[in-house]
Amino acid sequence: MRQIAVYGKGGIGKSTTTQNTVAGLSQAGYKCMIVGCDPKADATRLILHAKAQTTVMDLARERGTVEDLEVGEVLLTGFNGIRCAESGGPEPGVGCAGRGVITAINFLEENGAYDADTDFVFYDVLGDVVCGGFAMPMREGKAKEIYIVTSGEMMAMYAANNISRGILKYAQSGGVRLGGLICNSRKTDKEYELISELAKKLGTQLIHFVPRDNQVQRAELRRMTVIEYSPEHPQAEEYRILAKKIADNRDLVIPTPISMDELEQLLMDFGIMESEEAVA
Amino acid sequence: MKAMRIKDHNELFQEQEYLEQFARKREFEDPWPAEKVKEIAEWTKTEEYKELNFKRKNIKINPAKACQPLGAIFCSSGFAGTMPFVQGAQGCAAYFRSHLNRHFKEPFAAISTSMTEDAAVFGGLNNMLEGLENAYKLYSPKMIAVCTTCMAEVIGDDLNSYIRTAREKDLIPKDLPVPFAHTPSFVGSYLNGYDNMMKGILSSITPGKKGEPNGNINIIPGFDTYTGNYRELKRLLDIMDVKHTILADVSDIFDSPNTGEYKLYPGGTPLADAMDSINATATVALQRYSTAKTMDYIQKEWSQKVFVLPPIGIKNTDSFFEEISRVTGKTVPREIWDERGRAVDAMIDSHPYVHGKRFALVGDPDLLLGLISFIMEMGGVPVHIVCTNGDKTFEEEANRMLAESPFGSEAKVYAGKDMWHLRSLLFTEPVDLLIGNSYAKFLWRDTGTPLIRIGFPLFDRHHLHRYPVIGYQGVLNLVNWVVNTVLDEMDRKTINTTSFDVIR
Repeated sequence: MRQIAVYGKGGIGKSTTTQNTVAGLSQAGYKCMIVGCDPKADATRLILHAKAQTTVMDLARERGTVEDLEVGEVLLTGFNGIRCAESGGPEPGVGCAGRGVITAINFLEENGAYDADTDFVFYDVLGDVVCGGFAMPMREGKAKEIYIVTSGEMMAMYAANNISRGILKYAQSGGVRLGGLICNSRKTDKEYELISELAKKLGTQLIHFVPRDNQVQRAELRRMTVIEYSPEHPQAEEYRILAKKIADNRDLVIPTPISMDELEQLLMDFGIMESEEAVA
Repeated sequence: MKAMRIKDHNELFQEQEYLEQFARKREFEDPWPAEKVKEIAEWTKTEEYKELNFKRKNIKINPAKACQPLGAIFCSSGFAGTMPFVQGAQGCAAYFRSHLNRHFKEPFAAISTSMTEDAAVFGGLNNMLEGLENAYKLYSPKMIAVCTTCMAEVIGDDLNSYIRTAREKDLIPKDLPVPFAHTPSFVGSYLNGYDNMMKGILSSITPGKKGEPNGNINIIPGFDTYTGNYRELKRLLDIMDVKHTILADVSDIFDSPNTGEYKLYPGGTPLADAMDSINATATVALQRYSTAKTMDYIQKEWSQKVFVLPPIGIKNTDSFFEEISRVTGKTVPREIWDERGRAVDAMIDSHPYVHGKRFALVGDPDLLLGLISFIMEMGGVPVHIVCTNGDKTFEEEANRMLAESPFGSEAKVYAGKDMWHLRSLLFTEPVDLLIGNSYAKFLWRDTGTPLIRIGFPLFDRHHLHRYPVIGYQGVLNLVNWVVNTVLDEMDRKTINTTSFDVIR
């Protein structure tokens, strides 16, 4: 069983990329599971064809304690046998969502959600690494493999670098490694070159460049992955390629995060950001 | 009837059976060899170790402080009919209660909202609602004073809106005072907790109560765990004929008469008096570091004159009476001057034994300042002053005071340091006497420095808290404890010499 966590800036397309990739893996014959680690609970919508099934935290809130839950109540099966769970969390503004993720993952683990014939578990984690709770999938030997979804936009790259710092921290104490960057294209200038270079600086690889295509949105409107909605579409093939690359990936590294200055220099080198002298 | 004879641990664990068991256990533990342990223990006494010890950053060892909510519930208990209420896990409230039980040897009631993992994720609103409802129904309090713990603070529980919700849902009466204070355990110490709760209570119950001046003096003792101090204070102000309100009077809570009947609310400052405190002439705090926010609030919001007058030692007590006399226009009666005279006489009697004696002190900032002043009045020499919950301001205040007396020239003040730091100091620069709480007995054990127990907590000696340390009576008690520790030690040291004498 390989446990994989997908991180990246909020809104970058983690959930879409994860679900499409997992759909591709499941078509290739792998038994897969997705654990959504976001209070919004929208990480499994395309697989289950419905948003926010009953989350672990929803039920815990209803029953008063997580101990009264059965794993079958929160672990649902969707497209092609993919099993899905959502941690859920508190209402915005109260309590602690990070602790909710910890509680949910502990619950799934202790109650045998990860059975022996599962090949891949994917954790889809909210936004940036903001506190210990959202780093939970990386902790204590859970996900050993991290992929960061990014794009050629500066803040997405900044987030990718920041997440690498989180991985570095846990890599030193545990076995967590960075598997690569996934570029979810926003069609910014020299995007492929830029992210390839960022990956190199972080000591990792650009594992796949996913082109931008409106077919993704068309499928999403129908609550489906592209792979399910239009398996013949070229975009579906892109996700199948990404799935195969991840399945075959042995290039797992301890990342080498860079400084803010280095990151800005990178953008200057690619002529995207003017240097201060040039501006003057 | 014959007294029951039960072997206690002192006897039991010295029996052959237990000694063998301990030996087997040691084997199982596979410890370092005894010589190595001894070698390292010796090394911890060196200058080299002291320097490493003072570079220590990431751990506190035997700190002389405890956390905020302890101070908060201590404060709230001093108001009549008030139930201290802790938004947090049961273990937290249990710890505060047992800490107070062990010091005062009295029962202490406090509510916990019993927060668990679910509360950590979803917030503690339901715990608060159920807690308030149950507390009100079961214990009929006149006031519920809410404070928080680590968990509630980390997840950001909003006490104000929670309490408002409880009222809207009619779980508690609309007019029941429910003051609150945010008291994160990981910030500051019980001094801040006391201050936050006092401010929370006063700012909750006094608005709208501004009326005719009542001619009273408010006294805020601060986090003062000597019940004797409260009784002494009331006695002195009564002798002076000064009308006063003590905010908050914990004396009957922690020193209640045994009548054979348990009282949930055995005393405290009447709420009506506390509400009327806004109309007093002035407010006097007896501690600075546990009342700063409260005093600031009183000065700004009540436009009252405020004074900080800690009456420990002769000079400080003189200033206390001078100021009280000036503010109230009452003269200090003969009776009190006679007490002063007796205290000075006692100091002179014992002076030869204390003069030149070198002291190490550890404790809370205000108590330390009072004790430093007193010790220098006796000709004693403060050397190491450790204040775990002291800050830069304390350090400066202590240094200013030490600079005023020739006896203060050898002193060094260590704010934020703990008793393991002090242990190093006691080895590298030994002193004659150590003043501290019960946890300082480990320093006595390791270094042999005689310990005078003054402060909080005092778990291992009884009744000390019943004796005042403030006022001229307090001076008598301090002289008594200090000089008789010196004399005990002298007897011990001269036991088989010609200097072993019946007269000291």
